[in-house]
Amino acid sequence: MKKIIPFAAIGASLVLSGCMSTSISSADADKLTAEVVKTSFQDKGIAKLSRLEQDEANRLCSAADVAGKPLDAATAKAIEEAQMKTIKWPSDGKFLGDFKAGEKVAQSGKGLTWKDKAGATNGGNCYNCHQISKTEMSYGSLGPSLYNYGKLRGVTDPDSPASKAIVEYTWGKLWNSRAYNACSNMPRVGHNGILTEAQIKDVMALLLDPKSPVNQ
Amino acid sequence: MKRKLALVALLASSAMGLVHADAIEDGIAKYREMLQDGNPAELFEMSGEELWTTARGPKNATMEKCDLGKGPGVVKGAFVELPRFFADTGRVQDLESRLITCMATLQGFNEAELNKTGYAKGEQANVRDMATYVAGASREMKIATPQSHQKEREMYEVGKRLFFMRSGPHDFACATCHAEDGKRIRLQGLPNLTGNPGDGIGFAAWPAYRVGNAQMWPMQKRLNDCYRQQRFPEPKFGSDATIALGVYMGVNAKGAKSIAPAIKR
Repeated sequence: MKKIIPFAAIGASLVLSGCMSTSISSADADKLTAEVVKTSFQDKGIAKLSRLEQDEANRLCSAADVAGKPLDAATAKAIEEAQMKTIKWPSDGKFLGDFKAGEKVAQSGKGLTWKDKAGATNGGNCYNCHQISKTEMSYGSLGPSLYNYGKLRGVTDPDSPASKAIVEYTWGKLWNSRAYNACSNMPRVGHNGILTEAQIKDVMALLLDPKSPVNQ
Repeated sequence: MKRKLALVALLASSAMGLVHADAIEDGIAKYREMLQDGNPAELFEMSGEELWTTARGPKNATMEKCDLGKGPGVVKGAFVELPRFFADTGRVQDLESRLITCMATLQGFNEAELNKTGYAKGEQANVRDMATYVAGASREMKIATPQSHQKEREMYEVGKRLFFMRSGPHDFACATCHAEDGKRIRLQGLPNLTGNPGDGIGFAAWPAYRVGNAQMWPMQKRLNDCYRQQRFPEPKFGSDATIALGVYMGVNAKGAKSIAPAIKR
């Protein structure tokens, strides 16, 4: 009789869930996944196994995605606060570089795969997901359009006090997107060392310089 | 070569005309249509069929008694029910890992060595061809990845967790690109793999011939390249991670018509 009860319970839960029987608890599935991850990958080139170690933000956001439920507000806020602390502001206080160099960074999707060399110049992958300059028709749609980014936000002089808030937000968003949106899909290009400070300045100019093609 | 030129011409004409993502996608669709009766994948399929019936390996045997899940020797319909659990190996296997099991048990090849061989090199080229042949034998059939065995259901749950696993320097997961409808990376349309993306799309298209690099890619190679672009370390050939993802995509795509071996840009 004792043996029958758990089966009945499983049967009832199946009826309740009304869909496919998983017959494995979420915790057990997590454990099994960790084992599978451990045995399934190997170092290749610069892409080492250490890349599979998730930080707290990635662990929590992945779990929320699996559950199909967004993070609760308190957890999201805690992630954003912790990520905000990682942002490094420009060492010389200058936020904008050269928009032409920024366009090159935005175009390039290179870097950090197992085929790439250590220390090679990485790209920003920006056009993979965003519309940016109007002349580039080959852009992705995973992120919002950034065409007229500065213009739409009223940036006529990036050095002016009136532009300070949007300039700082843009820097912060590039450095660590998760400081503003806990589970954003956008790579943390500064925090994770994808782009250098100089490259981020150039992308800043692409987005915010009134002379940039983005703002025409 | 002629076909490559045709693609270039189509792409160029769409680029000059509308210069729009949809136009480029239309160009690709037209190109696929044109190639319906001449997909280069068929050459790999023919090679695979020949390999299937040729006595090879240390045991000088054919693959004709290989059990792909529907009993020894049954090829038709096997592909759309893979990955599945196999009692003899005690694990869930996809098409390519199962082919390697058969090559080891029937023909006497060294399984570990085959798994270590690089994509399209040596015997792995034969695995690729036979995978193309077996997939082709289920053309137009509906994806029916089984979930009757406990291990198959476990692998679905593992696959789901891998699909959403954000990691690496870019924090990418499979889901970063493949969890929403109607999205593109640059001009490339991205199937939403969290559900059934439609007949012949996503899971129901691979193995596929890639025009861009003139290579025939089975699913293991497709997943390997996804992980490269995700900036992850390399998934081992036939590893449980790759098979779990196959189960996840296959079960989600239930009912989608397979067009494998497809043709891709």
